[in-house]
Amino acid sequence: MSAIDMMGPPQKSGSVLGWLRRNLFSSIGNTVLTLVAAYLLWLTVPPLLNFAIFDAVWTGETREACLGEGKGACWPLVWANFGQFIYGRYPESEIWRVNIVFALGFIALVPMLIPSAPAKRFNVIFLLVVYPLIALVLLAGDRPGLPPVPTSEWGGLLVTLVVAVTGIVVSLPLGIVLALGRRSSMPAIRMLSIIFIEFWRGVPLVTVLFMASVMLPLFLPEGLSPDNLLRCLVGVALFSSAYMAEVVRGGLQAIPAGQYEAARAAGLSYWQTMGLVVLPQALRHVIPGIVNTFIGLFKDTTLVLIVGIFDVLGQVRAQLSDPTWTVPQGALTGYLFAGIVFWIFCFGMSQYSSFMERRLNAGRGR
Amino acid sequence: MRNPVAALLLGILIGVGGLYFVLPYDAAAVLAGRGTAPATAVETEPGAERTGAGETLRRVMRRGFLQCGVSQGLAGFSSPDERGRWSGIDVDYCRAIAAAIFGDGEKVRFRPLSAKDRFTALQSGEVDILSRNTTWTMSRDTQLGFDFAGVIYYDGQAFMVRKSSGITKAEQLAGATICTQTGTTTELNLADYFRGRGLDYRVLSFEKNDEAISAYDQGRCDGYTTDASGLYAERLKMQHPADNIVLPEIISKEPLGPVIRQGDPQWADIARWTLSALLNAEELGITSENIEEMRESENPLVRRLLGAEGSYGASVGLRPDWVIDIVRAVGNYGEIFERNVGVDTPLGIERGLNALWTDGGVMYAPPIR
Repeated sequence: MSAIDMMGPPQKSGSVLGWLRRNLFSSIGNTVLTLVAAYLLWLTVPPLLNFAIFDAVWTGETREACLGEGKGACWPLVWANFGQFIYGRYPESEIWRVNIVFALGFIALVPMLIPSAPAKRFNVIFLLVVYPLIALVLLAGDRPGLPPVPTSEWGGLLVTLVVAVTGIVVSLPLGIVLALGRRSSMPAIRMLSIIFIEFWRGVPLVTVLFMASVMLPLFLPEGLSPDNLLRCLVGVALFSSAYMAEVVRGGLQAIPAGQYEAARAAGLSYWQTMGLVVLPQALRHVIPGIVNTFIGLFKDTTLVLIVGIFDVLGQVRAQLSDPTWTVPQGALTGYLFAGIVFWIFCFGMSQYSSFMERRLNAGRGR
Repeated sequence: MRNPVAALLLGILIGVGGLYFVLPYDAAAVLAGRGTAPATAVETEPGAERTGAGETLRRVMRRGFLQCGVSQGLAGFSSPDERGRWSGIDVDYCRAIAAAIFGDGEKVRFRPLSAKDRFTALQSGEVDILSRNTTWTMSRDTQLGFDFAGVIYYDGQAFMVRKSSGITKAEQLAGATICTQTGTTTELNLADYFRGRGLDYRVLSFEKNDEAISAYDQGRCDGYTTDASGLYAERLKMQHPADNIVLPEIISKEPLGPVIRQGDPQWADIARWTLSALLNAEELGITSENIEEMRESENPLVRRLLGAEGSYGASVGLRPDWVIDIVRAVGNYGEIFERNVGVDTPLGIERGLNALWTDGGVMYAPPIR
């Protein structure tokens, strides 16, 4: 007897009451869980909404606007410091450069999300090769007409995005190479890959950043001290590529040996086997893992604060110490804002990942 | 064989693209065949040819700006405003040094440091000077390879209590619960104070200052303790700041001062005498407003300070009018104090110990003569 025969007829999705009974109150256990969950939501959601929206102060020029009994989030603090949260101490006269970089990235990214958009290949090359160059030249400057802006003046969302995007763009190819290296039949390459991966996975990111920022100058000759943000970028990229390598390796192991053998039997070389047969399947399997690593990396960028670079969160915390905007609910407001910013980006990434999964798995979904 | 080549090319392109992306601006400029900007500026810097300049001063001049380690945000001492401009006592001191060296108080870059890595950053040369509300203690002065340039702010640990509690003296805190931040000397000082007097107390420690202050604000503790300057800053975060008072007792000495590496006496002199110049300027009534008239002054003390007589600037490798540039850039010590933490700011701190010795404080700078 097949499973279909054993199932009863599908229940009609009738009234709201019927839906409630079926989904929320179908048994004593479920009823208890529903009530507990509802109570917890009742405890947490209304106060949060009250604080963030209904009781919040939306307009005002000074900190006095936010003082007083029963007032919620102090949004004027965020409006006043908004430029700091987004650009850090980037000179005001040069902010158009950052805006162009943001806009270019956005314009190039949108067609990538639309399956029917043309010229995908050129778009990828633009995003991965041309765009970083443009961004570097525009952001750092020191070109005719573009005065230099030292990275110590970058901050806020700009730094978060620069660190995260660099980590993402570098870690995926590097991670794939490391994963292939770890499964290589050549002992030297395998050993090197294992040592690299295990070393970077074995140390905390905080240690890496601290060593890169503070200890490195002790070892290097004077005058040869790379930019502080650059050191962080290299550290973050190497660190995340070790994680990426293990995610990709997980995908490689899911590919049955028959696929390799069939590819080799068809006369494909090693790189053809990997590039045409194995990796397309392996990477599709591990999209959730890859995006998971990206999201983790995005949130780990907050750690650059410990080496004196202000990302969004660091900038929020720094601005909170400004006595002209110190208010009782300042810290809560600032952290709420930082949380919203991070959530938007991370949720966007995870939505894109599930969209990709659905598209690539169209043939095998159930 | 088309595909592997394409893949390799793409890989190289990605690699090169990534590399270009992360290169700092000066390296990119070098790659583009241009020299870095500071290198060309060296020749025009005043005094750059002086052979007497010590290692640190030479390096700062070659770089074209001062690297100054500050806090990651401490109201009144170093905090960025909504336009990203750093302000505070510690920040203005660094601007004063930049003005003394370059004649321009803006030739300084601030490096925000956490309490943990501040000393490592100074040791490794990441910063030229550490101006980060650091308490001058013997162990720091002798064991870490540092020198303190003096005291820029006399701080001390104090208590805050609710007015309604009726407590007016620290001794009345017997049996009270005190909120504080964990892992700092604050906790130790608190224990020392109560144990030394045989008083009973309970302590409630928090990882973050914000948690400690809100616990106090919610009435979980009878008192809250941290450095006095911090108490005034934290009070701004309370629902009813006016309902709380700072008790007069100071239970620990926290002389805060700028720190420099040992081994460069000339740099230590610059740090020390910049601070002294700020104090002497206040003592002689020289402000950023009357500095131009003061240049004409007949008073020999003023004439020496402003470089009209003697060669005090040259003796530390600086220009004769270094003090004029300092006062133009940041004003005298009193102006710095009032601008950042004084009674007209939200912090509203009285001069107290930090008044000049002539006004009942302990700020006493050796004379420039």
